[in-house]
Amino acid sequence: MSFVRGLKCRECGRAYPVELLAGCGDCFGPLEVNYDYDGIANVFTRDVIASRPKSIWKYRELLPLESEPVIGLSTGGTPLMRADRLGRKLGIENLYIKNDAVSSPTLSFKDRVTAVAINKALEFKLEAVGCASTGNLANSVAANAAAAGLPSFILIPDNLEQSKITATSIYGTRLIAVKGNYDAVNRLCSQIVDRYPFGFVNVNLRPFYAEGSKTMAYEIAEQLGWRAPDAMVVPMAGGSLIAKVHKGLKEFERIGLIKDTKRFRLYGAQASGCNPIIDAVKRGSRDIRPVKPNTIAKSLAIGNPADGYYAAGLIATSGGWAEDATDPEIVDGIQLLAETEGVFTETAGGVTVAVAQKLVQQGKIKPYDLTVLAITGNGLKTLDALRLAPPQVIEPKLAAFEDVLGGVYRVA
Amino acid sequence: MSLKVVIPTPLRKFTSGTELVEVEARTVQEVLDTLDSKYPGFRASVCDESGSLKRFINIYINGEDVRFLENLSTRVNDGAEVAIVPAISGGR
Repeated sequence: MSFVRGLKCRECGRAYPVELLAGCGDCFGPLEVNYDYDGIANVFTRDVIASRPKSIWKYRELLPLESEPVIGLSTGGTPLMRADRLGRKLGIENLYIKNDAVSSPTLSFKDRVTAVAINKALEFKLEAVGCASTGNLANSVAANAAAAGLPSFILIPDNLEQSKITATSIYGTRLIAVKGNYDAVNRLCSQIVDRYPFGFVNVNLRPFYAEGSKTMAYEIAEQLGWRAPDAMVVPMAGGSLIAKVHKGLKEFERIGLIKDTKRFRLYGAQASGCNPIIDAVKRGSRDIRPVKPNTIAKSLAIGNPADGYYAAGLIATSGGWAEDATDPEIVDGIQLLAETEGVFTETAGGVTVAVAQKLVQQGKIKPYDLTVLAITGNGLKTLDALRLAPPQVIEPKLAAFEDVLGGVYRVA
Repeated sequence: MSLKVVIPTPLRKFTSGTELVEVEARTVQEVLDTLDSKYPGFRASVCDESGSLKRFINIYINGEDVRFLENLSTRVNDGAEVAIVPAISGGR
């Protein structure tokens, strides 16, 4: 049974029934799914949730499907890892990593949103699905569309990493590279769905799609023993994830699953080469000045983030802050996480780690804050961004190995 | 200057469903002026009270966001394509 009451414009409040819609027809504001929270509170208890198998669907009362999901059944339930070794490096005593680098099926948090969107496309009986993507979303839409038996059209900027292209084409999708940056691709997609009866997950399926991101917050709250963290560092591209993490925790509070979220502060992370939301936060504003992205963090390279306005506002009102990281700092962040916690993240994760480090240095995050870093994607996707020293090559002889050791270790 | 304006679905209620409208104009501001006199109420749906573009509306001239140019003062050349596109979030 569904608790969805309909869609509601976040700007002007106009209500809509559940339908395929990119935004409000009056003011073009984004649409939010509206739920019957009192009804949910009656049936959706800690015990019920804890008794269900690990996946995003254990929170299905707060997701916008009318029927049982048929694809993406194993998505979610990623580890919340205590990160003491990284914490010592950063100066945080109480640090956790939410590790969506191991998300099923395509190794990024986008699996959460596409699982919801593609199931919704099946409910709407759409002929085809698609998306505008900088890579991770492309992988995930292609995989879940294949699993659902739906044709897919995936439009990407023509400068993407080869690994993300291959990891999309393999699913038999129609992959189309568009000359231009993500914002140009996005604009084309909105014109495509204007003309064809397709469901583009981040365009006309967006109100449903975006709800999937809330599950990251639900899982963190449950994994922490039913509480909100004090601080959370979230990478931002369009600004949707950070806004949905906030919504997710507020919903848990409203339903009575967690006590209060007063201490919870949101921290946004972007690359210095594409930081329009950070810029707004630092100006004390919500108004986004679009930029032309230039960064190795291509998964975050959205120069005109439409949820930026909300992201900047939520960061400020939560008492948080925002910082950006340069390309070398991003690479250092990737290496630091790998070397301290054994987690290999993509460039967006490098941004998150590097920004967390700055926020501690600035005193924004205190050493005793219960802090969670959102690690949203897998390092195998952005190998091109790394230039590591090649391995030493030796003869297959013990003496050659011992030359490498340099006499540091004693013979056993 | 004669140019074509692409009208998105939510605004076609003003243009009786027409997607491409030809207008004579020298700047983006004049494009909106012309559209508003042709289709009363058009401007109020894309601009706020102060006359600036609404937050969730983008206007592109030959693919370039006018926010990177001179906003509503941006000059438009003969034959240019002006696209009015509601912003959508996305990502990654």
